[in-house]
Order: sequence, then C-alpha cells, then structure tokens
Amino acid sequence: MTTNSEYMKIEKRQKRADSIRTTVTYVLLTLWALIVLFPFYWMLLTSVKSYSAYNGEYIPQFFTTSPTMENYKEAFTAVPLARYFSNTIIFTLSTTVIMLAVIVLAAFAFARLKFAGRDMTFGMFLSLMMIPNELVIITNFVTITNWGMRNTFWGLILPSVTSIFYIYLLKENFEQVPDELYKAAKVDGTSDFKYLWKVMIPICSPTIVTITILKIIECWNSYVWPRLITDKQEYFLVSNGIQTIRESGFGRENIPAMMAAVVVISIPLIILFLIFHKKIMEGVSRGGTKG
Amino acid sequence: MKVVLQNLTKIYPSRDKGPDVIAVNDFNFEIPDGKLIGLLGPSGCGKSTTLNLISGLETPTSGKIFFGDDDVTNLPPENRGIGLVFQSYALYPHMTVLQNIMFPLENFKGKDRLSKEEMKEKALEAARLVQIEPFLERKPAQMSGGQQQRVAIARALVKRPRVLLLDEPLSNLDARLRLQTREEIRRIQRETGITTVFVTHDQEEAMSISDQIVVMKAGVVQQIDNPQDVYDHPVNLFVASFLGTPPINVFDGEVRDHMLYIGEDAVMKVNLEDRKVIVGVRPEGFILDENGPLCCKLIGVQVMGRDTSVVSSHPASRNPTVCSIISAENKVAGDTVRFRLKPFKTVLFADDTEETLAYSVLE
Amino acid sequence: MEKQSLKGWIYLLPALAFLAVFMIYPLFDVLVYSVEEGYNSASQTSFGIGLYNYAYVLHDPYFIQALKNTFILVIITVPLSTGIALLISVGLNSITKLKELFQTIFFLPYVTNTLAVGLVFMILFKKTAYSDGLVNLLIQSFGGTSVDFIDGPYWAKMFVLCFYTVWVVLPFKILILTSALASVNPDYYKAARVDGATKWRIFTRITLPMIAPMLFYLIITGFIGAFKAYSDAVALFGTDLNAAGMNTIVGYVYDMLYGTGGGYPSYASAAALILFAIVLTITCINLLISRKSSVV
Repeated sequence: MTTNSEYMKIEKRQKRADSIRTTVTYVLLTLWALIVLFPFYWMLLTSVKSYSAYNGEYIPQFFTTSPTMENYKEAFTAVPLARYFSNTIIFTLSTTVIMLAVIVLAAFAFARLKFAGRDMTFGMFLSLMMIPNELVIITNFVTITNWGMRNTFWGLILPSVTSIFYIYLLKENFEQVPDELYKAAKVDGTSDFKYLWKVMIPICSPTIVTITILKIIECWNSYVWPRLITDKQEYFLVSNGIQTIRESGFGRENIPAMMAAVVVISIPLIILFLIFHKKIMEGVSRGGTKG
Repeated sequence: MKVVLQNLTKIYPSRDKGPDVIAVNDFNFEIPDGKLIGLLGPSGCGKSTTLNLISGLETPTSGKIFFGDDDVTNLPPENRGIGLVFQSYALYPHMTVLQNIMFPLENFKGKDRLSKEEMKEKALEAARLVQIEPFLERKPAQMSGGQQQRVAIARALVKRPRVLLLDEPLSNLDARLRLQTREEIRRIQRETGITTVFVTHDQEEAMSISDQIVVMKAGVVQQIDNPQDVYDHPVNLFVASFLGTPPINVFDGEVRDHMLYIGEDAVMKVNLEDRKVIVGVRPEGFILDENGPLCCKLIGVQVMGRDTSVVSSHPASRNPTVCSIISAENKVAGDTVRFRLKPFKTVLFADDTEETLAYSVLE
Repeated sequence: MEKQSLKGWIYLLPALAFLAVFMIYPLFDVLVYSVEEGYNSASQTSFGIGLYNYAYVLHDPYFIQALKNTFILVIITVPLSTGIALLISVGLNSITKLKELFQTIFFLPYVTNTLAVGLVFMILFKKTAYSDGLVNLLIQSFGGTSVDFIDGPYWAKMFVLCFYTVWVVLPFKILILTSALASVNPDYYKAARVDGATKWRIFTRITLPMIAPMLFYLIITGFIGAFKAYSDAVALFGTDLNAAGMNTIVGYVYDMLYGTGGGYPSYASAAALILFAIVLTITCINLLISRKSSVV
C-alpha cells in the first residue's frame, strides 16, 4: 500500500509539471506570434487612419472607428506608386522566366548529358557559390554603366538571371529521374530537348515551382541592385520607391499615407505566401537562404 | 514480477469526424512471473499499443495495469522499472556502445545514484550477457544490425528491469540473423528470468520462443494459449489462418447425417448436427491415397528439400490452390490426386461466425 | 562523342556566359580595382598599383564606425536569434494543437519586404513632435523614460537594429530547427524516457547532439548573413547611414560606390575584400570548431 500511495504522488507531480509546461509553452509561442503579427496589424491600422486623426493621437489608438481609404488615394497620386508596382512586376516576371530557362538548360546538361569537362565545370560552379554578391556587385555596376544600361530593365535584370544554387538544386532533382526513362526515350528516337521538355520538366515540376516562388520573393524584395542602377523614378522598384517616399516624399510628414504604400507593396507577397505557404516553407527548408 | 492487464482499453479520438479508433478493446490477461509472452497479430491489430500501455508511453482510456500488486496504470514510464527494445534499436548514434549501455544508469537519482565504477561494472555485466564486450568503444554505426540489436537489449537490461518489453525486435534483421538472435533472446530471457513481452507480426517467431502467445485482431484478443495449442486448437478461422506456413487450406463444406462433405466428396464422419461449415485442413494433414475421398485436380508438384508439396485445386476450396505437404517417398502422377485427411489436422468452423465448432474430429 | 560534347556545352552556354560576365570577371576585376591607386571613374585612369586603397579604407572613420557597428550587430544577433529560434522550435515541437498555425505565422516575416516592414518598426520606435511612439509609451507605462530609438543615442539605435534583425532572421532559423527536431526518430525520446532521463537531460544529451549539425549550419550562415547586414539598417535609419552613425560594412561599400560621396570603386573594392576576408576567417573558425566538437 505504501508504494501505491507513493505512486499516486509521483503521478500527481508529473501531471502538474506537464500542465505547467504546456501552459508556459503556449504563452511564449503566443507572445512571439503577437510580436510577429503586430507590425502587420499596425501598418494596416495606420493606413486607414486619417491624417489628422493620426497626428492628433498622442497615445496611438489600437483601433479606429472611422477607417478611410484617403491614404491609399494619396499614395497612388502623390508618387507614381502604380509605376513602381508595374516596374516590379515586369522585373520580377522577366527575371524569373529568363532565369528558369537558363538554369533548366544548365541543370539538364549537368544531370543528363555527358560531355568532356562536365564534372570540372560543375566543381567550378560549386566553388563560385561561396562568392558573396557584395564582391562582384562593384564591377557589375561599372559594367552595366559602361554598357549604357543604367535606368533600363535590361540593366536591372541581366545580373540576376543565373543562380548557381538553383542550378544545383535542380540538377539534384533531375538526377533522381530514373535513367531508364532517358534510355527508353532514346530508343523511341526522342531528342534531348524534347525529353527535357516532355519528361524531365513535368516530373520535376514541384521543385521548379518552389524555385519560381523563391525567386519571385527574392525579386520582389530586391533593393540594393535596383538602387545602384536606377535613379529615375520611371524605373524604380517598390523597395526603392518606398525608400524615396520615406526620405524625400510625403512619408516625412504623412505617415498614414506611407503606411498605405507599405501595405500595397507588401500585399502581393503575403497573398502568395498564404496560398503557397506549405510549398514555400518546404522549399526554404530544403536549403534556401535569405536573398 | 507478474503483470496483470485488467479490462485494458485504448481509444483514439476520431480525426476529421471519422469514427473513434479502438486500438485495444477490453484486454484481460495475467502474465505469469518470469515468462516470455508473444503478442502476435497483423499490423494495426493493437499489439504495439498494448506494449506502449504496459511501458507507460501511453495511458489507457480505461482499465488497469498492475506490476505485481502495484497499480502502475498512470505511472510515467521512468518510474515503472521497465526495459524497452525498439524495432529501430534507438541507439544514440553520438554515444559509444558503453555510453549507450550506461545511459539508463546515469539517470538514477538520490540514494540509488551509482558511482562511475559501479555503472561501468554493471554495463560490462550486461555487455557480457549479450556477448558484445569486444565492441564497447565502437559507435553504433560501426556495427552490424545483429550487434546493434544486442546493444539495445543490453541497454534495456542494464538497470535490471522488472519487465522487459520488445517491440518487433527482429524485423530489421536478415533471415539468418533473425534465427540466431531469436535464440539469443530466448537464452537471455531464461538466464535473467525477467518477465518479457515480445511483439511481433511473424507467427513463426512468436511460436518458436514464446511460453504463451496472445493473438490479436483489430484491438480484440482472439486467443491466449501456449504455441502448440494455438496452432492445433485455434478458436476461430482468423487464428487458424494467421498461424502456419504454408497457411491452412480452407474449404466450404457441409455436415449431412454426421458425414462431412467438402463439395461433393464425403471426407469423414463427424459428431455434429447438420449444417454448413468451413473446413480448415493444415497442409500436413493430407495423406495420398488412391482410394481417398477428397478428389483434387493436380496442378504441380514442388520438391523443396525434405518436403514435397502437392499443389492442386478443388472446386470447394476458398483459395485458388490447395497445398499439401507429403513425404517425398510418395509418388504422384496423373491428372487427379486423391487424399485422405488426418482428423487431428482438420478444424471445422461455423460458416457464419467463423468460430471453431470442432477440432480433432473423430472418424 | 564530339557532337555530344558540343551539345552539352550549348545547353550550358547561357549560364556560363552570364556567370563569366557577372561573376568570374568581376571577381578578378575587384582585385584589380582594389590595388589601383587614385582610380578616376570619369577618365578611367589610375596613378599606379599599391595598397593605398586598403590603407585609406582602414583609416576612414566611417569605415571604422561601420566595422564596429557590424561586429556589435553580429555578436548580439547571431547567438540571440539562434537561441530564441531553438527555444521556439522546441516549444513548437512539443505541441500538436495550433502547431501549423504558429509555424505559418512565425514564417511570415521571411516573405515580407524588409524595407517596407522596417518602416513600420521605425514609426513604432520613433519619437516625433506629435507622439512619443508606441514603444516609448509602453516604456513610460512601466515607469521608464522615453528615448528616441531612431534619432537618439547610439545604444538605442543599436537596440532597434538588433531587434529588427532578429525579427527578420528568425523565420528561417525556426523553420530549419523545427524540421531538424522533427526528424529525430521519436524512438530515441521514448527510449530515454523509459530509461528515466529527465526532460533537461534528454534535451542536452540526446536532442542537442542530434541536431548539432543543423545548429552549426545555422550559426555559420547566421554569421555570414549578419556580416552582410545593410537593408535592415536602411529601412530604420534611411539611406544616409553615415550621418546616422549606423552604417554597416556593406553599406560603406555601396556608399563608396554610389550615392552621396560615391564614385570610388577602388575604395569600395578594398572594403568589400576586407569584408570577404573577415567572413572567410570567421567561417573557417566556425568550421574548425564544429569539426572538433562534431560527433557521430
């Protein structure tokens, strides 16, 4: 009997410890979730407060009773926000499409074609992965300037249409396609290019989709290169646009309007994320790093 | 230490509004002290859940578990004094064999705390028992599957558990090693005398080493008996079919005037009322006899070492083929083969409930 | 075989061409720039070859400031973010309800525009004529005195920068650690529990060694990433980081190249190479440590 009552004590202690641990865990996780979400809430909230209401609040209010769309109108009229937006879309889409073509061809060559010097070239590619962007950006800036491509889309796009990392990722994926399929296609007289287009790409489409999404995110958020290569508003991307708004535009005094602009440029990616969050997280955990 | 399971039930709440899953349903059993019990059943039958309930990794929905006289139903696993061996061995890859075996001892607290020397001595003793002393400084990855399995057993035994639990411990080994390790486990269990529960889906494994076998299906215990009795006297068609390789032959049959018919063949006299039955005949229950009552169409003869199996078909058979093992001296020829049946290898089941009606039917 | 070879190179050609122009050539060019003394970008002439550019950069007070800022940022944010990420991942892994929701929320900052969200942080921390800002009001409500985090004292600015950096880098680390933790075979935990190991012991003796490779990976990439900090600072303090005293090494490189007081590719190259040397050294040290303490 003594042992049984001792057991009861152990049971009770265990249960209490478990429930405390669970509660603490949830509290901490919720706390961090709030810290993550709060800036988003705050930007939305501020963007619908009227200019006078916002400046009149010494203590910022956590909600507003009279939301207004005025700031969005202001954001689109005071600066060419729509222009920044369409520039970014053009830049993002063309960079992504060209990059996909380049890396698919390269990955296919590395994964399936046999040619002299292949492995050595791939080794060289891998070693180039270590080179930080900051090291080569200086010369690229000079190159693009010398080519007269400042303030053009080509100047924005060209330096970022190859990614060794994505070539590597895709090559690994291509190699998982069984050799037998290639041999069967050869026997049937399929050309290499047709095989790539009709067999490899469809089979590896999950990886290609992941790469596409990651590249879109990277392009949408790119700031440094566009800043170096454009100084005319007609070619600004959203990141540069928002920075200009903040430093020399209405952002210096009209914070609600600036927040409206921030909301506008953040929304496309957030929507993309909400739709594809599983794919994105899976892709990133497979080895992506932030830009 | 005897282990008592009393009305043990484990229900997993439904997911996505499906029905609740009853993993273990009203399990009653008293495992005698020092015996080796085989929990046998197809995957998903609740045998692993039962093991987890005994180990304390899961708590039952209702029912009780006693170790000796102690009610341990809600006790956390670390306070139960059990040893557990996993199918994957779960050896910590970053520790050496010796560190792995010593790990459980390092967790002793208070007055039970051991000095480094004591720990090492106990670990060595356990290593000696499973015969892995030469490998103590190796990492698990540098050892074969069989050796890793021994380390896992040593780690489970080192703290002298009251009950040893083995979860499919042999299924990751190749056939030859499985046989060897099976005998090892039997020997170690005998030497230590620790009450042991052994989970497996392999009937041959269960039959060869268990003192008693528990056959489970869909969370319900079908039969608890010693291996030979489960084989010879199955309680229902499921148990009969699950045990034995090649599996038992199943026919649709009928009893008319105390005579058992398989199809139109009157095979033997039985002591039953007239009714439809299912007839199970073990492969070794056939005797070749030119005048035998059971008339089958020959498909082929396979000679496998010592045994010859005659593969044939019969219109009343539930399986496409009838497999009979006869001794090699008998000659087989012609398109039809006729058999006599051994009564004690023949079991009759009810055609509706599939419960056993009679076995060792008398002629 | 010859034809096959040619085909391979044709498929590879676009990638090779782009890499040659925008990666391999610049790699040599940056070395050349960095030793050309007195290079003039207008006339494209230089006086001669030497290490003057390096000496200039290393004596430039702006560079020293940037170096200091970057090191402080690295030393604070890398351990802090890795630690918090580990804590959160362990928490995430111990729950089942709402786990996916939390994971999704925690990952959100990864996909947002650093510049845009940085502005929200700026207005949350900034003290203006109209309002002290939300964070300052919070500090006051706890009895503290308010401080301008954006235009105020150095430590306050550094605090916001670190805070925002951690906020930005955590999603990646949480994601990697959560999947590393989830991939540990649960049998290990069961075995350890049965053996009576306490939660803390299971964590230190089993969980940590098992996820150590991923942890080292995160620390190494964390160092590399933190040394390249730039756009977080721009978002908070504006493009003129030198004036704010919050410049980073990368920021210094860009400022030297272009923008206010720009047009010195030689100085920019020298600074970029110094950064590269620092990152390379730290990475090698990291690798050495990880190899030495690595198990399995």
